[in-house]
Amino acid sequence: MAIRLQFERVTKSFPPQRRGGEGVTAIVDVDVRVADREVVALIGPSGCGKSTLLNLASGLDRPSRGRVYVDGSEVTGPNSHVAFMLQRDLLLPWRSILDNVTFGQEIQHVERERRREIALKLLAKYHLGDFVDHYPHQLSGGMRQRAALARTMAMNPDVLLLDEPFSALDAQTKMVLQQDLARTLWEEKKTAFLITHDLLEAIALADRVLVMSRRPGRIVREIAVDLPERNNPMVRRQRPEIGKLMAELMSLLDIGQGDRLDG
Amino acid sequence: MAESTPTAAVPTVTPPAGAAAHEAERLAAPPSFWRAYRVPIWSAIVLVLFVAGWEWGFRALGVPKYFIPTLSEIGSEFVRAYERMDLVNHTAVTSFEVLLGFALGSILGMTMGYILGMSPTAEVVLSPYILALQIAPKVAFAPLFVLWFGFSVEAKMSVAILVAVLVVFFPIMINVLGAVRAVDPAMINLARTFNATRWQIFWKIEFPASMPALFSGLRIGSTLAVIGVTVGELVGGINRGLGFLLLSGETMGAPLVFLAIIVLTVIGIVAYCAVIFAERRVLHYMPRRDFGGMNAQGGK
Repeated sequence: MAIRLQFERVTKSFPPQRRGGEGVTAIVDVDVRVADREVVALIGPSGCGKSTLLNLASGLDRPSRGRVYVDGSEVTGPNSHVAFMLQRDLLLPWRSILDNVTFGQEIQHVERERRREIALKLLAKYHLGDFVDHYPHQLSGGMRQRAALARTMAMNPDVLLLDEPFSALDAQTKMVLQQDLARTLWEEKKTAFLITHDLLEAIALADRVLVMSRRPGRIVREIAVDLPERNNPMVRRQRPEIGKLMAELMSLLDIGQGDRLDG
Repeated sequence: MAESTPTAAVPTVTPPAGAAAHEAERLAAPPSFWRAYRVPIWSAIVLVLFVAGWEWGFRALGVPKYFIPTLSEIGSEFVRAYERMDLVNHTAVTSFEVLLGFALGSILGMTMGYILGMSPTAEVVLSPYILALQIAPKVAFAPLFVLWFGFSVEAKMSVAILVAVLVVFFPIMINVLGAVRAVDPAMINLARTFNATRWQIFWKIEFPASMPALFSGLRIGSTLAVIGVTVGELVGGINRGLGFLLLSGETMGAPLVFLAIIVLTVIGIVAYCAVIFAERRVLHYMPRRDFGGMNAQGGK
């Protein structure tokens, strides 16, 4: 199957902030392949360089060594094959929800009528049809994050880069949005690379889970989830196999062993 | 006052049986006349005290009337100036200077603010000069402008306008500069992932994001414009405008001085309210910050 996103022996170091200070190596020799329509989750301790990977994939940053490919071509800058969604919704407060969703297409000079049409369809799908003309501050956190998902989907990217998209939401809203996301990814046949802190989220949404080490981050383990119903995390998270997978991930991340906190 | 306070206080002893029902009834009942109208009542009391204090208080304290005139004297001075001294014309001249000085100062301040905000290098290089000019008393440049422009009426008006431009410029530039610098880098990154050009990032992110700060700058600027124009007119020794009335007051008496001050204040208030009016229209997307949150449009 076609490879949509590939990290090839990617290392990223940051120069020292001050003269005489020490530089930081965020990630070392990361090799990852994400196939078409696959959802791969990445978990790891805080500050292990997970977000650095996303910046490299989205073209906001360049690797120090190695290469990043999206759809077979090397990433040298921002490109329309990928779109990302972050923990913060980053809705622009001066734009209505509709204008926020069309923001990306507006930048790419998509015709006004066309982008409105796409956005309205997406907003209806994400239950925001009645809030098209509202402003972000009038919406709840969950609704705002849904609008952010609509903005991401409006770009019709091949690969979605998701950086802890639901970690700021309360537990119930989070489950509802995970459901929305999983359905969308499945129905639209999208490829996704999901960074998360939430082990259960990783298992519920992904086909594979990659585990990253402490900084400098390396991929230390890959776990195939191998459970049905990837389009229905509400059901998937109730399966009996979940406990065993959780235990495996917890031990890989040293959770519960000496109770150290990564803050 | 001190003796009456305890009787007005709510009793804190345990209320007798049935008091809860009584309390609920009291809360459900329409508020008393005093509770409903206490703000306008107090406002009226303060206004009456203020007017009476000015009209008779100074006299009672033995302040001579050529130091501080009574309100009624200022009132009759208003009628006199309106009929015989062409008050309307002077007010128009000064208003025009305030408007032009404020507009030019704002445009200049915005332009510099955005340029420096978008170019960190330029800001670092120019920051000592900006700081020096910010601290320097801008109105002190007025004599220099007199020197430049000369002595015609238009020249004197230009002096007043230029002083206003100078004092309006800084708060607006500083506010805009700070706002552009403070734009959330994550928002800019978001636009960059959509392949936005530098120009698009400015128009679609940085410029709208700076609006709240720009308007606080404009609010400050609108009041400073009046100060700038007043100083400019006084230093230029203009023979038009409210500054001329102020100078005439030196020989014609305190009522004229007070009258000019009041009209200048009104011009400032009108300018300030115009900015607030524009701000409400432009920043309509912001949550309202009205008193007591009564009109707050809550999310969720």
